[in-house]
This record gives sequence, structure tokens and C-alpha cells, in this order.
Amino acid sequence: MDIIRMEGITKGYPDHPVLNDLTLSIKKGECFTLLGPSGCGKTVLLRLIAGFESPETGKIFIDDIPVNDMEEGIDVPPENRGLGVVFQDYAVWPHMTVFENIAYPLKIANVPKDEIQQRVMEMVDIVGMKGLDKRYPSELSGGQQQRVALARALVGKPSLMLLDEPLSNLDANLREEMRFEIKELQRKLGVTVLYVTHDQEIGLAISDRVAIMDENGVIQQIGTPWEIFEQPANPFVFNFMGIANFIDVRRDGTNFFVGTGTQPMPWDEKPEGEAVDWVAAFRPSDVTISREDKGLHGIVRRANFLGAMMDYLIEIDGAFLRTSLETHHAIARDLILKAGDTINVQFLSLHWFEKETLKGVRNE
Amino acid sequence: MSQVKTKSSFGVAQLILFLSIAVLVVVVAFPVLLILFNAFWVEDHFNFDGAIMILQQPATYQALKNSLIIAAMSTIGSTIVGTFFAWLVTRTDLPHKKFMKAMFLVPFMLPSFIGAMAWKMLLSPNAGFINQFFMQHLGFTGPVFNIYSYLGISLVEVMYLFPFVFIQVCGALERMDPTLEESARISGAGLFTITRKITIPLVLPSILSGALLIMLYSMAHFGTVAVLGIENGIYNIPTLIYERIHQSGGSFDAIRTGTVLATVLVISAALIIWAQRKILGSGHYQIIGGKSFRPMELKLRGLRMPMMIFCFLYIGFTILLPTVVIFLVGSLKTYGLSFSPENLSLDNFKFILFEYAVTRDAIVNSVTLGFTAAIITMFAGVMISYVIVKMKVRGKGILEFLGMLPFSVPGSVIALGVILAWSGQFGVNFYNTVWIILLAYIARYMAFSLKANSAALEQVHDSLVEASRACGATMWQSLKDIVLPLVKPGMLAAFFLIFLPSLRELTVSIMLYAPTTRTIGVAIYTLNEDGETVISAALAAIALIIIVIGQFIINHFSKKAGV
Ligand SMILES: Nc1ncnc2c1ncn2[C@@H]1O[C@H](COP(=O)(O)OP(=O)(O)OP(=O)(O)O)[C@@H](O)[C@H]1O
Ligand SMILES: [Mg+2]
Repeated sequence: MDIIRMEGITKGYPDHPVLNDLTLSIKKGECFTLLGPSGCGKTVLLRLIAGFESPETGKIFIDDIPVNDMEEGIDVPPENRGLGVVFQDYAVWPHMTVFENIAYPLKIANVPKDEIQQRVMEMVDIVGMKGLDKRYPSELSGGQQQRVALARALVGKPSLMLLDEPLSNLDANLREEMRFEIKELQRKLGVTVLYVTHDQEIGLAISDRVAIMDENGVIQQIGTPWEIFEQPANPFVFNFMGIANFIDVRRDGTNFFVGTGTQPMPWDEKPEGEAVDWVAAFRPSDVTISREDKGLHGIVRRANFLGAMMDYLIEIDGAFLRTSLETHHAIARDLILKAGDTINVQFLSLHWFEKETLKGVRNE
Repeated sequence: MSQVKTKSSFGVAQLILFLSIAVLVVVVAFPVLLILFNAFWVEDHFNFDGAIMILQQPATYQALKNSLIIAAMSTIGSTIVGTFFAWLVTRTDLPHKKFMKAMFLVPFMLPSFIGAMAWKMLLSPNAGFINQFFMQHLGFTGPVFNIYSYLGISLVEVMYLFPFVFIQVCGALERMDPTLEESARISGAGLFTITRKITIPLVLPSILSGALLIMLYSMAHFGTVAVLGIENGIYNIPTLIYERIHQSGGSFDAIRTGTVLATVLVISAALIIWAQRKILGSGHYQIIGGKSFRPMELKLRGLRMPMMIFCFLYIGFTILLPTVVIFLVGSLKTYGLSFSPENLSLDNFKFILFEYAVTRDAIVNSVTLGFTAAIITMFAGVMISYVIVKMKVRGKGILEFLGMLPFSVPGSVIALGVILAWSGQFGVNFYNTVWIILLAYIARYMAFSLKANSAALEQVHDSLVEASRACGATMWQSLKDIVLPLVKPGMLAAFFLIFLPSLRELTVSIMLYAPTTRTIGVAIYTLNEDGETVISAALAAIALIIIVIGQFIINHFSKKAGV
């Protein structure tokens, strides 16, 4: 069953459109991540679901109950949607203690005093804030405030939690720890989580499904983290999921030549389609270089020693690619190169895209 | 598990918007519109020429000219004095800077008409203490200075108005990023060049904005001109409006002249406010950041002691001397006696506080009026600012426009407006009651409340309220539990910003008082006019004490609240 269904949602601000005819559904109990570059409209989408903004057109259902239906004039206010929300900037109330912050949703729901006490302390414990419940937010670190926000969103046992970059202000260690705690909480309490971020690592680590949104607020692909990583639907997704190499490949009858030269692409699986201009895309880690005469012949144009890694920029008949390998491997295999050296290139994995579709994705 | 509840709440937002608009319309817009209407609408038709003719009458034309002359002189004087002292206390190694800075702000709390009274006692051509001293003991044949003159009036206004510029320029100089100056210095510019090329252009917007405030204040200012000008036939716009309406008991002609003059004030005020926004909005200002820096200090060297002495003399002469005179005269048995111990007593104060009904009532009136106006305006201001700053509702534009009105309507205009609106023509007659003064106070001080409350509300980030909505709180509950506690310091500030000035208010209440509804200001002024100089001075002294105590309480509270 879908806990959220958005149909044909359009939302914009006077000077620019943000979301256009967007459709998305989230299943009950899953941990769903919306990934997209900064400014693409993730927060706007979250605010629409929470009810802080109204769409111009379209419908939103929570638990199959319409909460926004612009034609019917339905617009349920946020307090009646029964959601837990954690904001990008925590939004813990500075005039209330940790306890009061977490207790507020229960107070509003008229939960008896002793039950409030018990449930809040339980929550304080879960988010690891034991002993800090009498402090004011100004006496807490950023990470601790974030935990308070998390606890406050969870204490009312909402069926759906909306999280907007809740870990953005934590240091790397704490972030890692907290993201598994969120995952743990989600499993333990059986809540559905909609997690919004531009950090693909978190997205892939904790989600059951991921949606990738582009700069224009269009969802490019939805799938499990594995699907997204292994079978990116288009160059945008591919690019977004990691630093990508794109090299131009030209079709000439049944031959595929790299760049402007006449070396055939050393890859068996050829793209289907009539286009003349193609692009082969691969991650730097999917490139292997060797001194043996196999694959494509290229010239090293730039060599960077980055400590543990060696980073090379290689030109093949006018097409450029980047690759990196661990320095000790490079030493062992005699691959410490300098600009001007010739070298041979092969691929472990690559994806074909028509060059047409790459406009705006590739930054050279 | 919590669930969706599909019961949509009714239009609370619309209700608040409507209430806010209603408050501003009733209190400010309606009276002002009536003034414009009466100025141009005569006997059922639009009559622009009539208004022009009124302005061409010698008396009104003269008042217009006087308002301009006095405003111009006061503005120029205050700007020079304010900028100079601001520079001295922020950018030089003047000794006792902290103390001086505090002292230069004192005139802000002193009512200028009380100051004018003191200067009248000191420098009136024949009876003034200083003039007499020079004539009797130093062989002068005439007065050394006649305070009943344009120069006299303007100088007294400068003494009380220069803090407007002082405060703005101090702020700008303190917030100015010293690296701007340092980088100029590194590139070899001398201090004089830096001041001329970098510092002055950077603080110019603050100077101009302070100057415009003074201009606005002075043009519409009643007290000083009333105390010092009328004797010599110098009227400005507010004093002429008062004189006309007072003399004729509110005849049609007088009201019409009043409305035309008031219209001139409204238009000038609108122009001034517009210019001020324009200046503050211009890009210049952004170089001044929000942080506090330690600015570069100029070494005064040989001038250090003379400058300090000059500052002390200024403070002594403009702040201490008038205050002492008020207290001394207030303690005299009869005006004209010398200040020897046997002529001084506390009897006047006892008389005023416990025996004399006029002054006792005045104190009670002012305190209750000020308190009530402050409470009402504080809450109304919070509501209106909330809509303007925080709410997204259709029709907010109207409110934003109305919200600008209180800033540009001078006190004397408001007084005339409430007379037109609430003396029976529209079914409500508050004339000669305290209610009409209360309404006028609310209109007059709304700007303070809007300013303090919107500043406080800007600090309350939207997501704090959204978080509580997401927790299930309705809009009302969020207001009560989140917004109100967080804007409390702003509301408290608004309360005191209204309560204190209303205790010494004169411009509005002088136009609206009835025998039983005198305020402290009115009582001091009328007693002084009636020749009850010592009683009037004693009441003024008591007013000063109340104001100073009030200011201490504010400072104490605002330090605690960390505002
Ligand atoms: N209230 C608003 N008025 C006008 N434009 C807005 C408003 N809120 C958001 N936008 C615009 O909508 C677009 C999407 O904003 P949004 O906040 O959803 O980005 P985001 O994906 O959450 O980015 P980030 O990862 O940086 O938080 C942006 O271009 C933003 O400028
Ligand atoms: Mg965002």
C-alpha cells in the first residue's frame, strides 16, 4: 500500500517553476530517499507533503486520504496530517528544554502527564541524550540539537517521517552513526521514512528505494540503490552517482571509433540505435591502464601524485579520460607515468548514451 | 499511530488579516483620510485652489516658512553636532568615552519642551537669569542672547534632537569593517584621506538618514516653538494649527486651515520617509556588516584634554544646567526670588503631588493613558507585524501599505485627524474625553510597536512555527506556545518605548485635552502659560524624575533579556 501518492503536482514561485507535473508514490514501511543536487526542489517537495505549501495543481494522498486536491479545494493543514518532520535547520525551540521540546507533540495531543514523562524519557534514551533532558538548546551541540529534533518528530509515533538533510551539520563519524540509528529506528518503530538529501552516500546506505531528481525538479529514476548504481537510466543519473568519464565515440557503419581517430572502441557490447555520435560513460575506477599492447593507445597529458593515489588525465585521439590507481600498485606494475608517456587503456564496465541526451550533463 | 484528519480549519489567517487592517484603518488611515478630504473637499466639490489660497494667507504662509526655516537650521546644527560627537566617542582616544556616550544619549529621554522652558528662564531677553546676570553685574546694556528667536529655537532643538544623528552614526562607525580603512592605509593613504575617501562615504547614509529623521521631527514639533516662539509671534505649522483651533473653539474655518496645513505636513513626511528608505536601501550600506569590530583610533595628542573639557562643558551647559534650573525654580516659593536657601523648599512638590487637583489628575491621567495605550498598541503591533512578517495571505499588500502610515504621520496631524473622526460626525463622540487621547496615542505610537515587534519576529525563524504545526499544534497553539514566548522581549521593548514617551507627551494631548483630561505635558505647558512658573517647573521636575526612573527600569530589563 502507498502511504504517499503525489499525482501531477505542479509548484513554482513567481520567477521560476520548481516542480512540474510530478508523480511519486512511497510504500508503507519503506525508507525512501530523494536525492538531487542543491536547489532542485527537494525541500519544496517535502513542504508540499507536510502541508506548509499548497501545490498549484495535482493531488496528494496520505494513507489514501486526499490531503491536497486543488480541484476539490481540499487542503488539510499540517497539524492534521499526522507526520513527523525534521527540518534542515533542526528548528528546536530555543525557549524550551530538551524535555519540553520532545514532550510538545504529546502535550498537544493531550496525553496524560505520567505517560508523557515515560514516553519522552524513552525517546531521550533512544536518541542517546540521557542526562541532557533539562538543558536548553543553546547549551547543546549541533548534533545534539539534531537528535532532539529527531526525537521530537518520533515521539508522537507518526506513521510517516519526513527528514530534510537531518545529518548535514554533523561530523563524518557522527553522521555515519546517526544514519544507521535512523535506519534502526525506522525498522524498530515501523515508520515510513522519506529522506531528502544531496549526499548520495547516505542515500545509498540506508534506503530501500531511491529517487534521483535533476536540477529542473524532474525525477529521472526510481529504484533500489543497487539498480540506480548499476543500471543508471540516463547520463544524468550516472553522472550524479559518481564522478563520471564521458568519451566521444563515432559510429561508422558497424565500427565505433574513439574521438577523432580510427581506434575502435574495445568493448563487445555495442549500442543499439541509428545515431552517429555516441558517448561511452564509465567511472574512473572502471578504467585499467597497462603497458601491454592491449586496448586503446593514449598519451598521458597530466599526472598527479595524490599521496596514496596516482591520478592521470589521458588523451585518446582528442577524447580525454581520467583514471586513478593506488600508488603502490602503480609502482609494482611500473605504471608511474609522466606527461607525454604513451599508455594503453581498457574498460571493466561502461554504459552507452546517445550524445544528444548528454547536453547539460557533461561539464568539460 | 497518528492519522490524517480531514477537517480543514476555517480562515484564521483571513480573520487576523482583517482585524489588523481594521485596527490600522480605524486608528490611522481613517483620520488621515478625513484630513485630506476636509482639506480639498469643500461644499460638495473638489477644491484645490481653495487649499492653495489658504496657504497664501500671510499667517499660514509665514507658519509654513517658519517650519521650514527652523527645521533646516535644527537639522544642519544637529547633524554637525551629532556627527562630530559620534566620531569623537568612537574613533578617537578621548578620555571617558563610555561616560560621554551615555551622556550624549540623555537628551533622548528629556522632553524638549521642558528644556525649552528652562532656556526661557535662563535666556529670555529681560528676565532670563543669564541675561540679567550680564546686565546687572557685567555692565551690559541689553540682553546677551534672545532665546525668543529663530536661532534660539533652533539651538534648543539641536540640543534635544542631535542624538538621532549621533546614535545612527555611532552605530555605523562601530559596525564598519576596519579592514576597509586598513587596506587604504596599507596602500599609503593618510588618515585625512582615509576619512575623506572611505569613512565619510561609508557613514554618509547613516548621517543622512538621521538628519531626515530630525527634519521630520522638527517640522511637526510643537513644544519648543510653542514655549519660545509664540511670545515673539513665531509660529510653525503645529503651533498655528493649535492656536487656530484653540482660539476659535473648533470653527469650520480653523479646522479647514488646520487640515490644509496638516496635509502639507503629511506630504513632507511622506517625502522624507521615502527619501530615507531610498538612502538606506542604496548599496552603500551593505559594506557595513553586522559584526562588531575594534576600529582604528585617532590619537588626539595635544587636543585630547581640550576636547574632553569641551565635551564636559557641552554636557554641563546643555544637560546639567537646564535640569538644575528646573529643579531650583520648582523649589522656589515665588518666581523672581533669588536662589538662596531660605527661598527654597519642597512645598511645591508636596502641593503638586497631594493637594493640587489639576496636577494630581494630570499625573494619574498620563500614567493610565500611557499604560493603556502601551498595552493596546503592544498587542495590536504584535498582531499586525505578525501578518506582515510571517503570514502568507492574499491581501497582505494592503496591510503593508497601511503599516507604513504610522511612520509618516506626525503627532499634530493625528490629533487633528481624531478630532475630525471622533467628535460626533460619525456617530461616535469622544471629544473632551480621555478616549480621544487614547486613540490618538495608539495611532501615534503604533510605529514604535511595529518596529520593535517586527524586529523580534524576524528573529523567529519560520521553521520553528512549522515544526510545531507538524507536531499537531494549530495555528493558535503555535502562536501561544512558540511565537509569543519568543517575541516577548520585543513586546516588552515596545511597551516601554510607548509608555515612557507618552508620560511626557505634549504635541497630541495639547490639541485634545479638556479641563479634566490634562496630561502631565499639558499641565506643565498650561501652568507655565498661565504664569504659574514655579508650580509648572516643579511638575516638570517630577516628570523628569519619573522618566529617569523609567529609563533605568528599561535598561535593567533589556540587559536581562539580552536585547
Ligand atoms: N519561498 C520561496 N520563494 C521563491 N523561491 C523559492 C522559495 N523556496 C524555494 N525556492 C526556490 O525553489 C528551488 C528549490 O528549492 P529547494 O529549497 O526545494 O531546494 P533543495 O533541493 O531543498 O536544495 P538544498 O539541497 O540546497 O536544500 C530553488 O531554486 C529555490 O530558490
Ligand atoms: Mg533543502
